[in-house]
Amino acid sequence: MSSRKDPETPAPASGFSRRGFIARVGIGGGALGTGLLENEAAAAPANVAGPGPVPITLNLNGKPVKLTVEPRVTLVDALRNYLDLTGAKRVCDRGTCGACTVIMGGKTVYACTVLAIDAQGKNIETIEGLAAGTALHPVSQAFWDNDAQQCGYCTPGFVMACKGFLDEHPNCTEEDVKHGLGGNLCRCGTYIGVRKAALQAAKTMKGATKNG
Amino acid sequence: MANTPDYSYPPMDKRKVIGQRYKRLDGPMKSSGRAKYSSDLKPPDMLFGAYLHSPYAHAKVTSIDTSDVEKMPGVKAVYVAAPAGTEVNWQGYEIAGVAATTEEIAREAARMIKIEYEVMPHLVKDDDLALAGTRAKQGGERVVGDPDKAFQDADAVSEGQYGIPVVYHCCLEPHGQIIQWKPGTDPDNKSDQIHVWPSTQNVPDYAGSLSQNLKVPATNIKVRMDYIGGGFGSKFTPDAWAIVGANLSKKAGGRPVKLYLDRAPELMIAGNRPSAYAKIKLGGKKDGTITAWQTESWGSGGFQPVNPPAQPYTYANVPNIREVRTTVSLNGGSQRAWRAPGNQQASYLTCCAIEDFAAKIGMDPIEVFKANAQYAARTGAPDTYRYQLDKAAELAEWKKLWHPRGQSGSGTIKRGMGVAIGSWNGNGHRSQCRTVINPDGSVSVEIGSQDLGTGTRTIITQVAAESLGLQMGQVKLVIGNNDLPPDGGSGGSTTVGGVSTSTRKAAINALMKLYEACAPALGAQPEDLEAVDGHIRVKGSPNKSLTWQAACRKLGATSISEMGAHTGQAIPGLVTGGAAGVQIADLSVDTETGIVKMNRYVAVHDCGMVINPRLAESQVYGAVIMGISTALYEERIMDQQTGKTLNPDMEFYKLAGIGDIGNIIVHMDIREENDKRGVIGLGEPPAVPICAAVGNAVANALGVRVPRIPMTPAHVLDTLEGRTA
Repeated sequence: MSSRKDPETPAPASGFSRRGFIARVGIGGGALGTGLLENEAAAAPANVAGPGPVPITLNLNGKPVKLTVEPRVTLVDALRNYLDLTGAKRVCDRGTCGACTVIMGGKTVYACTVLAIDAQGKNIETIEGLAAGTALHPVSQAFWDNDAQQCGYCTPGFVMACKGFLDEHPNCTEEDVKHGLGGNLCRCGTYIGVRKAALQAAKTMKGATKNG
Repeated sequence: MANTPDYSYPPMDKRKVIGQRYKRLDGPMKSSGRAKYSSDLKPPDMLFGAYLHSPYAHAKVTSIDTSDVEKMPGVKAVYVAAPAGTEVNWQGYEIAGVAATTEEIAREAARMIKIEYEVMPHLVKDDDLALAGTRAKQGGERVVGDPDKAFQDADAVSEGQYGIPVVYHCCLEPHGQIIQWKPGTDPDNKSDQIHVWPSTQNVPDYAGSLSQNLKVPATNIKVRMDYIGGGFGSKFTPDAWAIVGANLSKKAGGRPVKLYLDRAPELMIAGNRPSAYAKIKLGGKKDGTITAWQTESWGSGGFQPVNPPAQPYTYANVPNIREVRTTVSLNGGSQRAWRAPGNQQASYLTCCAIEDFAAKIGMDPIEVFKANAQYAARTGAPDTYRYQLDKAAELAEWKKLWHPRGQSGSGTIKRGMGVAIGSWNGNGHRSQCRTVINPDGSVSVEIGSQDLGTGTRTIITQVAAESLGLQMGQVKLVIGNNDLPPDGGSGGSTTVGGVSTSTRKAAINALMKLYEACAPALGAQPEDLEAVDGHIRVKGSPNKSLTWQAACRKLGATSISEMGAHTGQAIPGLVTGGAAGVQIADLSVDTETGIVKMNRYVAVHDCGMVINPRLAESQVYGAVIMGISTALYEERIMDQQTGKTLNPDMEFYKLAGIGDIGNIIVHMDIREENDKRGVIGLGEPPAVPICAAVGNAVANALGVRVPRIPMTPAHVLDTLEGRTA
């Protein structure tokens, strides 16, 4: 399998854009051609991107990565479709299940609810950046040790949610885990293992450096 | 060899690898995010696919025009699956697919296809049989014994109404595949070639099914899948999306096309568990023995008729039975096998009715289930159920915590306990395995199976290592493509029995060849040798031995390659079917909010010889958690006014989260008498009794039966207010 960082990105699909619309009807366009719309049209070049592909830079796992995506592309789609970083999964695609969880600016986020263009300028940690080569991060190790995975499709998101949670709650209890990891859903039913994994990882990470 | 080798497993206390709690072999790949599911792959030049689905539950396509869309920049192929004149019978029906250079363009193009429908009348709800009209078809009456007389003679008669709705599989990885249909350009071989990376429970049979649809020889279809993100019974065939994806690829000149369902169609059209509703009447004696059973049931599996399951469940030998089953055809997506198909519904109806009978005669339901264990149809099952009922009661502290129905104190939070039973066959499917032993001592095991996350990779490796006297790391396993010896699809809890048996046979057959090669050096006959702890040695003379490496060097330049096959027939001691289980729910109901909270859940199950207790327990935990989710939250909600599905998403179709499931106690019934039966599958049996156990616990807490699963606040409060749920 090879990855193509720059898939073919032809001209805007619809040939229609909000800016173009305003340019065409905004001046002398009867009732439309007054007030607000003219002001918006004048201000537009500074703020509006797209709808065609735009170059962006994401700070991914400590490295700047350049890519070209339409503004409507979500962060999870940018990672998966444009960068071949497929640890984050697209499942509900509506900010419910947590399978696409990444850590952005130190906070866990659902990557399906963040636009890639809006993720610029922030440090984004994905599961691919957790550990080098075949080494396992203490959270990943704990998920393996406690069989907190079956099909495994929710697992990378769960691992990232757990990592983000433990960074902020290093002394968590099992009750804390039940609340703190409530934003991730598993269909195979691995929650008992996840509870144990989170507590094991908390112990291991306390022994390591703070950013372990 | 003159004689058939002895394939039987060593006794429990002599096993070194089987029975050990090895961690799953693919765990590091999954927990590091490095595991590549089919939906993660990106072969060179891949196009992204998108679907147009019917927004209507019942309509005829009157016109469809894709000409504009075909000219859109970035669009490489459009394929119409439902041309003008097609009648669609459920919302989400596949109309047309588009392949484009980006997913954004593909989705936009699919939306812009010009299509007109003639909307037709629909029926999308089945909970009230009276509203089904001509869409209901009665399946006839089944009578056993003399139910009328038995009801007349009964000491007590109980009656109840029960319902269990349609639920979605909600696999986290949606249905779909990446597929490439390359035209045959080689002048010597003009046959088309297909490469497909599906999300399937059935790698070995996938090419055969696809071949029939695409008219490309199965030999030219290469199927590969390393990981699957959930199936639960819904991913056995290539489906419409493989056909559409393949045609898109062909139209696009043979570029691979990725076509997976978005979440809403995934829920609406990629399978569901059929509903079942019933009015049940029981008659019996004061000692708890049931003597008469009457069921009027109905349910729906979508447009195609599916009968609700037969009653009574598991306790099938009740002497007097009358049963009428009716199926309702709905304008909804079609049902598919759902982890123990028919059994959750059957267990819910039967076990709730038995609990209601126990309440009617004022008996402890554990005792009533024991009093009727004689009706369990499988030989040996009655004793197993009596044992497991007692074991589950002990683990749940039943004697201390159970109270007669409704006697749950004067507070607003009511605690209740409920019990239910399940059963499943789980015999091994047909399976073939090749074991190769090389002169350098390396060993490979090749089998055309797939690991659904159940631990198939791990248990095959355990069986091979045990059989060859090796350690886990010395066996290289290859699964997941259709060039390997054909195995079966992973369904019906048949995988572990199939792959363990073929692997055992292949390993022993290969070992016999190795014994022949090294017997002269050991001054013994091949049948006097054994493989233990990385050595081939003479039985009874441990000093006369060769290391595994030295033994394999005796092969010279020729590797051993031996097959092992399992036909699907039970083999005493190796593989069989028939597992039981008893589960108890302990929960609390807030009578002001209607919220049900799980306290503790106990699951007791047998599954014959357990190859890996850690993975077996995970299967039970998983099934119970999935079951709690269906018992408390899950229900497909349809709107009869518009015909629309109201919750085809994961916000309003609720799955249980990590804090919703209470504590769970899993007890594997690994008594020697069970072990001796051989391997039995476990994926399904623990998924069966949960809705019934939870429903019975709610009835025990409230003093009144909440007839309809799931036990949502709406259903609970409706019942408490005396409204019809």
